[in-house]
Amino acid sequence: MSSVDRAGRIYRISGPLIVAEGLTGVMMYEVVKVGEEGLIGEVIAIRGDRAYIQVYEETSGLTVGEKVLATGRPLSAELGPGLIGSIYDGLQRPERDIGIKTGSIFIKRGVSVPSLNREVKWNYERIRDVKLGDKVFPGDVIGLVKETPLVVHKIMIPPGVSGYIKWIAEDGDYTVEHSVAIVASGDREYEVKMYQLWPIRKPRPYAEKLSPVEPLITGIRVIDYLFPIAKGGKAAIPGGFGTGKTVALQEITKWSHSDIAIYVGCGERGNEMSDALTSFMKLMDPRRGRPMMERSVFIANTSNMPVAARETSVFLGITIGEYFRDMGYDVVMVADSTSRWAEAMREISGRMEEMPGEEGFPAYLSSRLAEFYERAGRVRTLGRPERYGSLTVFGAVSPPGGDFSEPVVRSTVRYVQCFYALDYGLATRRHFPAINWLLSYSLYIDFVKDYWNKLSNWSEYRDVALKILQREAELSDIVRLVGPEALPEEDKLVLEISRMIREDFLQQSALNPVDAYSPPEKDAMIMEAIMEFYRLSRRALTKGVTVARIRELKSRSEIAQMKYHTFEQLKAGVYNKVIESIRSDFKELIGD
Amino acid sequence: MLHETLYVKSTKQIFGVRGSLLFVRAIGGIKYGELVEVVVDGSSILGQVIDVSRDVAVVQVFGSTTGITPGVSVVKFYGETIKIPVSLDMLGRIFDGLSRPIDGGPQVIPEDYLDIHGSALNPALRVPPSEPIETGISVIDGLLTLVRGQKLPIFSGSGLPHNRIAMQVVRQAAVRGSEEKFVVVFGAIGVTYEEAAYFLRELRSMGALDRTVAFIAPASASTVEKLALPRTALTTAEFLAWNYDMHVLTILTDMTNYAESLKEISAAREEVPGRRGYPGYMYTDLATIYERAGRVATKKGSMTIMPILTMPDDDITHPIPDLTGYITEGQIVLSRDMWRKGIYPPVDVFLSLSRLMKEGIGKDKTREDHRELFSQLISAYAEAQYLRELSAIVGTESLSLRDKRYLEFADLFERKFINQGEYERRTFEQTLDLGWEMLSLLPEEELKQISPQTLKKYHPKYRLELVGRR
Ligand SMILES: Nc1ncnc2c1ncn2[C@@H]1O[C@H](COP(=O)(O)OP(=O)(O)OP(=O)(O)O)[C@@H](O)[C@H]1O
Ligand SMILES: [Mg+2]
Repeated sequence: MSSVDRAGRIYRISGPLIVAEGLTGVMMYEVVKVGEEGLIGEVIAIRGDRAYIQVYEETSGLTVGEKVLATGRPLSAELGPGLIGSIYDGLQRPERDIGIKTGSIFIKRGVSVPSLNREVKWNYERIRDVKLGDKVFPGDVIGLVKETPLVVHKIMIPPGVSGYIKWIAEDGDYTVEHSVAIVASGDREYEVKMYQLWPIRKPRPYAEKLSPVEPLITGIRVIDYLFPIAKGGKAAIPGGFGTGKTVALQEITKWSHSDIAIYVGCGERGNEMSDALTSFMKLMDPRRGRPMMERSVFIANTSNMPVAARETSVFLGITIGEYFRDMGYDVVMVADSTSRWAEAMREISGRMEEMPGEEGFPAYLSSRLAEFYERAGRVRTLGRPERYGSLTVFGAVSPPGGDFSEPVVRSTVRYVQCFYALDYGLATRRHFPAINWLLSYSLYIDFVKDYWNKLSNWSEYRDVALKILQREAELSDIVRLVGPEALPEEDKLVLEISRMIREDFLQQSALNPVDAYSPPEKDAMIMEAIMEFYRLSRRALTKGVTVARIRELKSRSEIAQMKYHTFEQLKAGVYNKVIESIRSDFKELIGD
Repeated sequence: MLHETLYVKSTKQIFGVRGSLLFVRAIGGIKYGELVEVVVDGSSILGQVIDVSRDVAVVQVFGSTTGITPGVSVVKFYGETIKIPVSLDMLGRIFDGLSRPIDGGPQVIPEDYLDIHGSALNPALRVPPSEPIETGISVIDGLLTLVRGQKLPIFSGSGLPHNRIAMQVVRQAAVRGSEEKFVVVFGAIGVTYEEAAYFLRELRSMGALDRTVAFIAPASASTVEKLALPRTALTTAEFLAWNYDMHVLTILTDMTNYAESLKEISAAREEVPGRRGYPGYMYTDLATIYERAGRVATKKGSMTIMPILTMPDDDITHPIPDLTGYITEGQIVLSRDMWRKGIYPPVDVFLSLSRLMKEGIGKDKTREDHRELFSQLISAYAEAQYLRELSAIVGTESLSLRDKRYLEFADLFERKFINQGEYERRTFEQTLDLGWEMLSLLPEEELKQISPQTLKKYHPKYRLELVGRR
């Protein structure tokens, strides 16, 4: 089809929605270029000969009659070396390059910059086993690029391509557009380049989806120990403003035991993005001693940027995540905040005059959220060599008034397996992370218990800890009426131990350089100490010792200090010392 | 006033009026979002194109449609969005919401015309805010430090002294390092006659007027003017910050009036209302205002925003404070209880937070002991608050000596540290020293958040010893 056939005209403009006429044969979700400036839009409905187009850039100043060009392609991501360390907008335009190109501190519309730098040469090393005449299939790894000291980028045969290797590039320094192989099938030939294109709304294929087998350690105690998430899992973090969603997501991208981290800031603050960027350049990955930026990708579509691009930010993020998963990596992707994306959907839907659902959100809100979360998972990837990858997803939800009964939270809970309910009360009391232990849950307990029980008596301790916290909540009503001193000694002990669990274990400041990241071994040690203290306290009670005296034991403050030690320090002696102190304290107290 | 262009198109083809919407038979070349003027009996009403197709242009007029007659009234299309003239000479002057002088002075000679909607700062070029602004108010500087590039609102309630606090900040705020240019842009939206008169009087009597630009749209102003004011003020602020390397603090009061205007317009457009009648896009709308705060790597200036709003029924979950809290970097919450106790400024320290404070305090910023002092004051005050509640259940008799010390501390902390004269300016050092004075009421072993070195250097007891030895 010639490009002349594929040009239409603007018929109507209404905010981010425009209607075009004369776009013959246009497809749903086809990308179009709108107006003289070629603003990027996507066809979201076709009614008769009118195409409804969601425009990803500011539309003011557009005029009826300006041309609309169809590109014949769905909205796609460029996937290849150069992704790591990038900061993209929702259309995968590199924001740093936009800054250089425009020479402006502002984001200007209509700027076109390639997603992957076309000049940079990457050192490509072919896989020796792949030879001329070999039959290759989608996902087969044919070459490697050491993209950063932390990431080996695998160059794969793209989905949908198979055939015989007709030509293959030798090792060398190539740009992303360079061909590295020609795959022939029948009389068709396909040039495999260093990068591939993939439509962001379409899940990338894999060989097989698998059940989770091990936890994704996040370094956050309340998550890892009480409500663990598995590699390939899905989690929602809902909470009112200031309850700690962003800090939690940032901590997860920083410390989680993943190979690749993708941070999507969607309709949130610019200062937060720059704070994250700066700290990712400075902070070292604790397991590999290199800057975290060397394994991270950022997507920043702040709240004052075009709303329609919030949706593409989220799908772009998950597509990049799947691509690295396909290389066999464990990937974590966080989205802050899915509510802002949902609000953008609501705005566009309103302009389309669709039938509004609950609170004005479109009826397809729920299925759109499902499309996103369902792309998480642990898989056996396509292609050879055999490999397994995972994509774990965390989505923040920002419910109005912090009220979890609203549509976005309610739709989200149907698709996630972990629910981390942030609590306004805890946050004002500066209990961070403000994850409410009574409302939060994880459905991965059975999948991760083997891992944890190798480290400690996890199943038992976790159970005890949750019961104590639950009991504390029940007792707190009574305490509010009569004061704590009126309780029986057993209950006073419960209050004392639950306070230790809250303050010495659950509370973990993201601002404390030592404690911000807590490896599972450290979690296990602190909990072991608390449980030892609990065990001996109960014995002491049977011997007539009062809780008032137990409270004064000096080992109690030693337990409190444990979190300010690194795991190495704990292991090197601090832990043993604490346990000894506990035992000798009680020995003295009971006198046996 | 508005930038007249040569390209104005006009028509008389209005064929329908509904609420504040005009339906105009489209003429060629109408641009989405462009500014419109409707001439009725010689006077003019402004409007904006909010929907345009080949057949119809929908114009939202800002104000009353009374007198608009289909086929008679003239509609002029300006061909561009609302722009205002900007100039360095605006310093020391007072304008309305569309940047027309209201201080009796001459028109300013524009250096440029700028679209009041501005553009989004490139996130990749931002740098995290990290330098403190000294407001001279202890509870803010000590516990809720404002940093350059931050957006930190005051959540108030009707009848609480937020306007006086605003004026105190306008009078006193300064950045450290005197060679830097610091200016305040003050915007008042939908304020009553009395309030407007108060602001004008204060602004004129203040020596600070030459480093202040003020914008005032009283309650009687048109809806468009009220909606435009924050953007007009911030466009001027950006001009000063990014073109003249100034550190600009923009104070906007009362943003609740702004949100009400937004709701009014949305209702007129017959949009599906969101929560409690406010438009579903209010979050985004407010974000396009507040996100104009920031710093960028390539510029010396900075944009700091302190919006002030009154919470309807003192309800922090009301959409106005709620959505604001979702956008800003913390909040300063005023408390009716504190105000009743006679504390000015009546700040609720527990509900308040400056999220960017941690980067803006400490050595070379405020003083090395600030962080520790801050944590200790907050935790001591929290302990005292807990004891206050407990003593309400069990009575004060059963409290220990230690507990009583805490209660005393809390009292004094409120009356001497938080409480401050409206015309009293305290430097960071004075604020921090005062904090130490409060802490010295407590037994030393209670000061667990403070390292021994810091204690020896700053605790009044040791300082007195030092002085004594000299
Ligand atoms: N884990 C933590 N450790 C220490 N402080 C924390 C932690 N989590 C949150 N905070 C404190 O709470 C503040 C708000 O947290 P955060 O920005 O994550 O909130 P949020 O839920 O993302 O809010 P919003 O919805 O407004 O974006 C932080 O600036 C910090 O002071
Ligand atoms: Mg946040």
